[in-house]
Amino acid sequence: MRIESEKQLRDYRKKLADADKKLTKKIMVCHGPGCLASGAEKVSEEFEKQLKRKKITGVTVGSIKKTGCHSFCEKSPLVAIEPAQILYTRVKVKDVAEIIEKSIKGDEIIERLVYHDPHSNDAIPKYPDIPFYKHQTRIALRNLGKINACDIDDYIRVGGYEAAAKALLKMTPEGVIDEVTKANLRGRGGGGFPAGRKWKSCRAVESDVRYVVCNGDEGDPGAFMDRAIMEGDPHTVLEGMIIAAFAVGAKDGYIYVREEYPLAVVNLQKAIEQAEAIGLLGDNILGTDFSLHLHINRGAGAFVCGESSALMLSVAGNVGEPRAKYIRSVVKGLWDKPTVLNNVETYANVPMIIANGADWFTSVGAPKNAGTKAFSLVGKVRHTGLIEVPMGTPLRTIIYDIGGGILKDRPFKAVQTGGPSGGCLAEQHLDLSVDFDTLTKHGSMMGSGGMIVMDDRTCMVDVAKYFLSFLVSESCGKCIPCREGLYQLHKLAIAISEGRAQESDIEKMEHLSEMVVTGSLCGLGKSGPNPFLSTIANFRDEYLTHIRDHKCSAGVCKELIKYEIDAEKCDGCMACIAACAFNAISGKKTKPHVIDQELCTKCGACVAACTREAIMVL
Amino acid sequence: MKHDLSRVPEIIERYPQQPSSLIMVLQDIQKEFSYLPCEALEQTAAKLGVPLSKVFSVSTFYNAFSLNKKGDTVVRVCIGTACHIRGARQIQEQLETALKIQAGETTKDGKFTLEVVGCVGACAMAPVVLTNDRYHPQCKVNTVKKLVAKR
Ligand SMILES: Cc1cc2nc3c(=O)[nH]c(=O)nc-3n(C[C@H](O)[C@H](O)[C@H](O)COP(=O)(O)O)c2cc1C
Ligand code: FES
Repeated sequence: MRIESEKQLRDYRKKLADADKKLTKKIMVCHGPGCLASGAEKVSEEFEKQLKRKKITGVTVGSIKKTGCHSFCEKSPLVAIEPAQILYTRVKVKDVAEIIEKSIKGDEIIERLVYHDPHSNDAIPKYPDIPFYKHQTRIALRNLGKINACDIDDYIRVGGYEAAAKALLKMTPEGVIDEVTKANLRGRGGGGFPAGRKWKSCRAVESDVRYVVCNGDEGDPGAFMDRAIMEGDPHTVLEGMIIAAFAVGAKDGYIYVREEYPLAVVNLQKAIEQAEAIGLLGDNILGTDFSLHLHINRGAGAFVCGESSALMLSVAGNVGEPRAKYIRSVVKGLWDKPTVLNNVETYANVPMIIANGADWFTSVGAPKNAGTKAFSLVGKVRHTGLIEVPMGTPLRTIIYDIGGGILKDRPFKAVQTGGPSGGCLAEQHLDLSVDFDTLTKHGSMMGSGGMIVMDDRTCMVDVAKYFLSFLVSESCGKCIPCREGLYQLHKLAIAISEGRAQESDIEKMEHLSEMVVTGSLCGLGKSGPNPFLSTIANFRDEYLTHIRDHKCSAGVCKELIKYEIDAEKCDGCMACIAACAFNAISGKKTKPHVIDQELCTKCGACVAACTREAIMVL
Repeated sequence: MKHDLSRVPEIIERYPQQPSSLIMVLQDIQKEFSYLPCEALEQTAAKLGVPLSKVFSVSTFYNAFSLNKKGDTVVRVCIGTACHIRGARQIQEQLETALKIQAGETTKDGKFTLEVVGCVGACAMAPVVLTNDRYHPQCKVNTVKKLVAKR
């Protein structure tokens, strides 16, 4: 079957929706990144096995759906029962039989598996009532957790490809560009450049060939939004690219996927084949004379290849060294042809803008920052997961209402956004609204959406050192200020963390940072010193404690700390003695143990093994 | 160690015989042999019409490629930001102690290679370790050694 008109698409969608309405129970097993890592595959296998054995199939009770990320990763593996909106958390293989008996055959809720409020301990069985979900607005992530990731029918059932049909059959390319421009869709890959303007410049260039490219490199460590979209809703990426290609006049498109995401490649490839099979991709899409062929390129593990010019060189089989931008890639990009490059999440927003209009899109979010932004909320926050909030949401709402506050109720120290190009914001920034302009103004940046929460046990010198070491190993080496400057910055950060630095070294670092920022070609170097600059701006005291007092108050910098056992708390269980690989702990059963400072390597094994929190890091 | 390189021509021919296929060809060779054998690089250069120097430059630029053979089990410790904040460095040190190698090295018996990687996209489950392609979420300092116990 090929779909060749809007009516055919509508009819097909209606047929799928009607069939779906007959299902009284749907089992949605999350196959998102967190759940897969926690064994979701075994859970869905068990469901399939038992449903088959118990002969529960057919029209009233559906088979299971393996969905994209349901988002509440901290509680993974997740299983949702629809349409009742019940969410079961930390589901194990042995829970499956009970879920089928009670909640699929019957209508009972299994209380032990639902979310409980950490403070009141009240059970909250329906996920829309859980604070983690309540404050979210989902546009780019709209289908995650709702549809089968690898099934074009499920995507069409929820309205998929209708925006593409609208664009191709009812709109002109200029009309599409106008709509996206009016919607003020800003690039979600970090820079926030308006997509509409980019598309317009690309279309304006005289050329027989143009390309659309999707940046799925997601290099920022600590971020997985793009992975979740590519794996869990690949068709939305394709649909966004079809609309973009139609708007700029491209016949070929490339999706550049990060090396660490093999499942994203598999799912995108499946999606491409499915869409081509029914005429929604490939030659003569929807019976029109517009054709688009999409290709997948796997990255090969280089952070810098997320940068636009490096990415295009990499797609063409070269070493990914960024080039100067006096000629922009919308003019001369991939194989020197005009090219539009957008991020995965940017493309995921496009179908919704075309389907619902620019006015709808700008009604969400903040002034000049329309729509939503997806974040991976991770680090020392109680509820980690994948979230999407309207732009302008205060950091506090994200960390405390959605994230449930800091892990173990420890004090909040900082939140890092923007990956290695971003910065750390402190307590006094918690009421800032999260949007492109506000974050940049305060020394961080939106970035692609990693949001890493830090508590008082996170050392800011160590964080700066960490990012610098990341950048040193990822710098492509083309610009000397970046290659050598970051290296020297890293060396100085190490010296501070080891208590070997002087106060004047901070000035030296500030001076060096300035040079690196001015002397580098691409964003990696230009924003490379940011993690240092933002931590020194907001946490200067912490640097000074390292330098003057040789102390790391967070208990992180190895050279400046020691481990000691609190004799009051230690009950002499010998667990730490067994855990220590260096025989540094001695003591008898039921008597407080002692650590030999000479032998202790501060590896942390004893702290993890102690059940009474008796080991102090001083 | 000698390899059966007879499959190399077939791998190269999976893609259009042009310079832009270079990275994809190298990825498939890496996957097949778990490293890039020198002879395979020479064949790739000849078939795709790319100078050997460029093949070598691409092979050494990207982290995904390795010119040395890897161990049977590749243990990858995620040191992305989320994992770092939740103790990835201590996890890495534990594995280094247990395997008696540094990150980036392979054990003498060829059983394990230890690597670090900047984010594997399961940040909510930090800290994460991968053994080959298997995820181990929320690793603990005192138990992570089990992942590399004799098997
Ligand atoms: C060093 C560096 C790394 C980058 N990494 C990514 C990335 O992983 N993903 C991404 O979408 N954009 C990344 N960018 C931004 C891209 O260059 C580009 O601006 C973006 O993909 C454009 O898409 P957008 O306008 O839709 O955001 C990176 C930029 C730099 C300088
Ligand atoms: S930081 Fe370790 S998985 Fe992302």
